[in-house]
Amino acid sequence: MPSSQFIGWFADVGLADRPTVGGKGGSLGELTRAHIPVPPGFVVRTAAFERFLSALENEEPIRPKVEAVSSNELEKITALSEYLRGRLEGEPLPDDVNQEILAAHAELSGADSNPPLAVRSSATTEDATDASFAGLQDTYLWTIGAEATLQRVRSCWASLYSVPSIAYRRKQGLPESGVAMAVVVQRMVNAHKAGVMFTRSPLTGDRSVITIEGAWGLGSAVVSGDVTPDRFVIAKITGEISVREISDKHIQHLPAPSGGVREVETPEQLRKVPCLSDLEIAALRDIARKVERHYGRPQDIEWAIDHTGQIHLLQSRPETVWSSKDRAPVAKPTENPLQHVMKIFGGRR
Amino acid sequence: MTNVNPKGFPLPSSLKVVAGTEGAQAAYPYYMQFTKEDDQRFWFYNSMHFPEPMCVFDMVTAEAAYCALGSANTRIHCLPTTLGIDYRIINGRVYIGGNAVTDPAEIARRTKEFQRRAFYYYENWERLFAQWKDKMMALIRYAQALPKLELPEFEPLEHVHAGRGVASNHYILETYQRTIEGFFRMYHHHFEFLLLGYGAYLTFFDFCKKAFPEISDQTVARMVAGIEAEIFRPDDELRRLAKCAIDLGVEGQFREGLSPSEVIQSLEQLGEPGMTWLKELAVSRDPWFNINVGDGFYHYHRSWNDDLSMPFAALPGYIANAKKGERLERQTDKLMAERKQLIADYRELLETDEERAAYDQMITLAHRVFPYVEGHKFYCEHWYTNLFFNKIREFGALLSQHGFFPDTEDVFHLSHYELEAAIVDLMTSWSNGSPPRGVSRWPAIVKERKAAISEWAKHTTVPALGPVPDIIDDPAIVMLWGITRENLDTWLTAGEQPDSNEIKGFAASRGVAEGVARVVKSVEEIDRLSHGDILVCQVTNPTWAPVFQKIAAAVSDIGGSMSHAAIVAREYGLPAVVGTGTATQKIKDGQRIRVDGGRGVVTLLS
Repeated sequence: MPSSQFIGWFADVGLADRPTVGGKGGSLGELTRAHIPVPPGFVVRTAAFERFLSALENEEPIRPKVEAVSSNELEKITALSEYLRGRLEGEPLPDDVNQEILAAHAELSGADSNPPLAVRSSATTEDATDASFAGLQDTYLWTIGAEATLQRVRSCWASLYSVPSIAYRRKQGLPESGVAMAVVVQRMVNAHKAGVMFTRSPLTGDRSVITIEGAWGLGSAVVSGDVTPDRFVIAKITGEISVREISDKHIQHLPAPSGGVREVETPEQLRKVPCLSDLEIAALRDIARKVERHYGRPQDIEWAIDHTGQIHLLQSRPETVWSSKDRAPVAKPTENPLQHVMKIFGGRR
Repeated sequence: MTNVNPKGFPLPSSLKVVAGTEGAQAAYPYYMQFTKEDDQRFWFYNSMHFPEPMCVFDMVTAEAAYCALGSANTRIHCLPTTLGIDYRIINGRVYIGGNAVTDPAEIARRTKEFQRRAFYYYENWERLFAQWKDKMMALIRYAQALPKLELPEFEPLEHVHAGRGVASNHYILETYQRTIEGFFRMYHHHFEFLLLGYGAYLTFFDFCKKAFPEISDQTVARMVAGIEAEIFRPDDELRRLAKCAIDLGVEGQFREGLSPSEVIQSLEQLGEPGMTWLKELAVSRDPWFNINVGDGFYHYHRSWNDDLSMPFAALPGYIANAKKGERLERQTDKLMAERKQLIADYRELLETDEERAAYDQMITLAHRVFPYVEGHKFYCEHWYTNLFFNKIREFGALLSQHGFFPDTEDVFHLSHYELEAAIVDLMTSWSNGSPPRGVSRWPAIVKERKAAISEWAKHTTVPALGPVPDIIDDPAIVMLWGITRENLDTWLTAGEQPDSNEIKGFAASRGVAEGVARVVKSVEEIDRLSHGDILVCQVTNPTWAPVFQKIAAAVSDIGGSMSHAAIVAREYGLPAVVGTGTATQKIKDGQRIRVDGGRGVVTLLS
């Protein structure tokens, strides 16, 4: 099926579509278009959420009820949250929304019967200042089957009405009319190893290095901090590996047979073995450079390598910590270029 | 916050002359001997230039070098924060210490002078450097033209009839004095540009380290390094000769284990193709085999021209590589394009156009000055120094003929003052017909001094002496010797972690290699290295280039990222860690080690 009112395939969306596909969806679309290996998937656009919400609003108001509470009325918020989440997760979906998601799911599954999928909320306000808000959204890994997928999509929508989300919006006095949520549905990577990488040093802000952190199994173990990952520092330009810190990766996240993720102990012989070969490090570096070039600024990237050795990017977002720092220029041009040597010859450096 | 280490290093006055070598120690001139006042200052062992005990004559290399270095810094260019370098010798080991300028008013005064002098040099670099090459070549021709030493029984008749009126013995003294004078002059040429060149390089280096805090030293070096520097030429010539042997079909004559004379003889017997190769050899030898197997500070580090065994030992390997289809010529276009790309890629990473403009200014200056930094050694420490030591050998031969000592080489156990005295003694004896007085004096002294040198070589050397300075702000000391405050702290604490199986140094050339360590204490031992061994030495030496095709990695006690060791290791793509301070003491010969040249870490594996 082609992209539609409610569904946007990754190849058809980009960063400019953020208002309707959210930050995560826009970024995955952007990467796909830049020929960066992203697991295939689609975005359930905000229009689907709006369509569902207005159907619900027709029966009984939602947004006015939220706007009526104040951020310090915690008990009221809790009750309201429970009620609204129940409706979003329980009431029937409009037929057109239901049909399109099922059709997209079928197409994404292709010949595989019920491949595992990741269902992730994709908020439209996902930037640095809203980071704490964005962090409240949900991700469901290893979702299997059309029904479960539909349910997870609803759960993502419902997460907009979690207690902290409502409290946050009320505190900020944000209008409810602007609140919408897109949802990413994407093929899962059965990661042999996975992790994150930064296209600048998190320690010094140096843009000439790439820092890679990785461990065995799914990347969630690294992102959640459940395991101390191996750490590698690579010169962006030359590929020279300057740091290899191999840690004891005692546990790993693996897909659970019934869906979801389970934590298991890493086999003894793998615990202290580097999770990445030099070739893999070099390949990750190439991709990181490509992504950074595409966006024109340093990136935080989530990656995974499957059991066939194929690399997949799961996420890329702009690096925010160092980029927002004001830094004095290391040196300015001087009228007489020779003045520069006084830094060496002029004393106390 | 200054981290003052209360321990410091042993005081010079606490060092003892090795028992039984007092007489040999006393042979060094008074101004090289430690005195009580020297306890107030910081000194470090210059094992980079002087890794082995110094024969008393060879100390002329230190005298000439420090005289000229100091003049350039103190009096010619007026470096604001540093004067020259002092040196002392004990037990054959040369310790040096810098003279810092710390008074702000004096620094300001010198800064003004520096900008009128050094800036003029930078602005007129190409013209002055072209002039330098002319001066240096003229000096080399001068040394080559020094007359042969002759003391005939009777003055040649033509001298008499021409009314020369000056006898041959006078020319012996004159030639000697010109030989010594030329050598001192050569070192003035050597330092005319050197610190300015290093300073411009360090300016760019410093910028890169601030803009890219995690950039490796060798990456900066690769951005600046020249592609066709003279230092690569001798090795390039070997590759050329290897290819030439294959093209002529005479490569079968080059086999491991054959001496150069055996190879040459068999080539001569081949007729035309063999003779053609020998002609090519002659082309390479003048001047590129004027490279010595050291750094120009020891008389026994002979040049390839004087001892063909080093280049000939390398030829079978190069021939084998060429047959395997390896391209022998260095691909200068490719290297140049890589350098250009590297510079552009890092430039792109800078945050602002302002920084890019400053970067452009600094790299431009670094490129202008670097040919001198890389090129001067061939002319000074190699070509000229070989001529110098060989001329001194002629005096050695003459004195030995007249019974002053048994061997020509014994001459190097006289200081250059004592040698002049011996020459005057011989002149007198030739003129008055009495036997030379030195015949009964020098043999015993030479014997005593030879014994002292071999005794001193058995003793370990303290890496530094005296109080630790708060900061080391001398560009020369940081650049040339890799001595930094952090470095000294490592040396001070080195003894505290006897269990550590890691040795840290400067990351000089990236890559990781594992292998058997060969701890090589002097140049004579380098045939102990087998294919795949890791060279561990006090100072890695670029002119051991042919060894670099065999080894898997190199580790040295002393040297910074711009030491020649580092440059050549990078050229060969070998991992290297330099400036470890203690590698030759901590690593046992035959031990398995891992060298991580990107991180500057050596790990002891067994």
